[in-house]
Amino acid sequence: MKRRDLVQGLLSGGALAALGGCATPAAVPASARVVVIGAGYGGATAAKYVRLFSDGAVDVVLVEPQPAFVSCPVSNLVVAGVRRLDDITRSYESLRKRHGVTVVQDRATAIDLQGKRVRLARGAEIRYDKLVLAPGIELMFGAVQGLAQAQADGTILQAWKAGPETEALARQLQSMRDGGVYAIAVPEAPYRCPPGPYERASVVASYLKRFKPRSKVLILDANPDVVSKPALFKKAWAELYPGLVEYLPLHKAAAVDAKTMSVKFEISDDVKADVLNVLPPMRAGTLAVEAGLANANRRWCQVDFLSFASTLAKDVHVVGDSILAAPLMPKSAHMANAHAKVAAAAIVAELAGAEVDAHPMLTNTCYSFVSDSEAVHVASVHEYVAAERTFKTVAGSGGVSAARSQLEAGFAAGWAANIWADTLG
Amino acid sequence: MEMDRVAINARARRIRRHGALLVLLCAWGCAHAQVTPAARARSLAATCAACHGTEGRPVEGQPMPALAGLPRERIATELRAFRDGSRPATVMQQLAKGYSDAQIDALAAYFAALSAGSAR
Repeated sequence: MKRRDLVQGLLSGGALAALGGCATPAAVPASARVVVIGAGYGGATAAKYVRLFSDGAVDVVLVEPQPAFVSCPVSNLVVAGVRRLDDITRSYESLRKRHGVTVVQDRATAIDLQGKRVRLARGAEIRYDKLVLAPGIELMFGAVQGLAQAQADGTILQAWKAGPETEALARQLQSMRDGGVYAIAVPEAPYRCPPGPYERASVVASYLKRFKPRSKVLILDANPDVVSKPALFKKAWAELYPGLVEYLPLHKAAAVDAKTMSVKFEISDDVKADVLNVLPPMRAGTLAVEAGLANANRRWCQVDFLSFASTLAKDVHVVGDSILAAPLMPKSAHMANAHAKVAAAAIVAELAGAEVDAHPMLTNTCYSFVSDSEAVHVASVHEYVAAERTFKTVAGSGGVSAARSQLEAGFAAGWAANIWADTLG
Repeated sequence: MEMDRVAINARARRIRRHGALLVLLCAWGCAHAQVTPAARARSLAATCAACHGTEGRPVEGQPMPALAGLPRERIATELRAFRDGSRPATVMQQLAKGYSDAQIDALAAYFAALSAGSAR
């Protein structure tokens, strides 16, 4: 792309944005050295860090259909009524104004891997030198019979992508009678945010204990045990919500019936609830699957972990929840942010003809609230092991909280503020 | 004081820009340039940024300390104290155990060379 075109694109985008707010579309450039699809934790971080690591020398176009960023982390507190959606919503303006990223509000509908072009829903095409694909996850509604219709009707929700559905689930809980049952169905791992379902069950229990104490929380888990921080969650349920939270392992949802508000399983008896929150299995975001890049079981994208390059397509890097993760690597916001920095450094190096860092590192810290005032964490450090071409946790590092605490609830809030700024600010 | 900081910031920006220019110019001249220690340290330091802010400058009013502009010796000493368990913490002992001596020294040098400040 000609520098003049970029400058004009940025100017018009900036000027229009100043007049009309963040939803105003920038002119869509015909090409960019780096195009990023998806502005969640992975994509937004990749866009910002390509700009940072290249000291502004590499132009970046970020394509995202949503007008603003809504965080999945902390969204369980919106479900539980102790935060508002506004509290977890952030603008993309800083990426434009402070970092010179061209943010295009549109949906990428197709990728021409040979021609190195991305097609957008409104018809524009952008040619790239390097593509970063960060499409997040697709919920596989077809895997649970009846779920697609129940979700379309608004009766059985997921709220696993933060936004209006998060508030809708909160409203369902607010209108539930005292003595009602809230049930959350957890799919088999891997899925987005391993501790997320258990955090949600905990903070919903905290809400019910306070406002509707005769109610119950049921956790219907397809897995044999709690997938993340099992001891900490079980201790919190036993001590904070005795008789209120019930955990049922090896309960894999096969079907739902929205009329009777029940879940059917392969083996166990049906379970009825007043508010049903059924999470189906997940896979890489639709665009990655349609582009043929989800080459692991047609579910996840395999990458060369040194640079997060797709193992199938040249000059395409995949970051975040849509990759086939390395051992002990969670599908988390923090991890997506970490992937993106490794990919950004590799992309900037490759565009400059330099060597890619041979020893990249990743960190992860996931906080989970177990009530409206206490939290726990799991943390890990991952290093690239060249001999095995994967990331492994550094021996002796990582771990979980000694105990739930208010101190860690403060750190959880601080983590959110800082990762939002690191990703977008 | 503020003037000094502005001057130092400007110089740091010039140095960074100059470095990037060298890397880009090198793309024309050299077939495969080495990854520079500066680029490697910058990537390594980015592993701290999700909690401590981009370039070690966190959002104001949050409990995580700023790292940018802290004395080199202090950063290295504290990371080692977390790593050997002598300094109590909730999460930092677990994270510090993931970094080697060389990496701790690189992180300390990197953050010490930055100007202090906070993310907006």
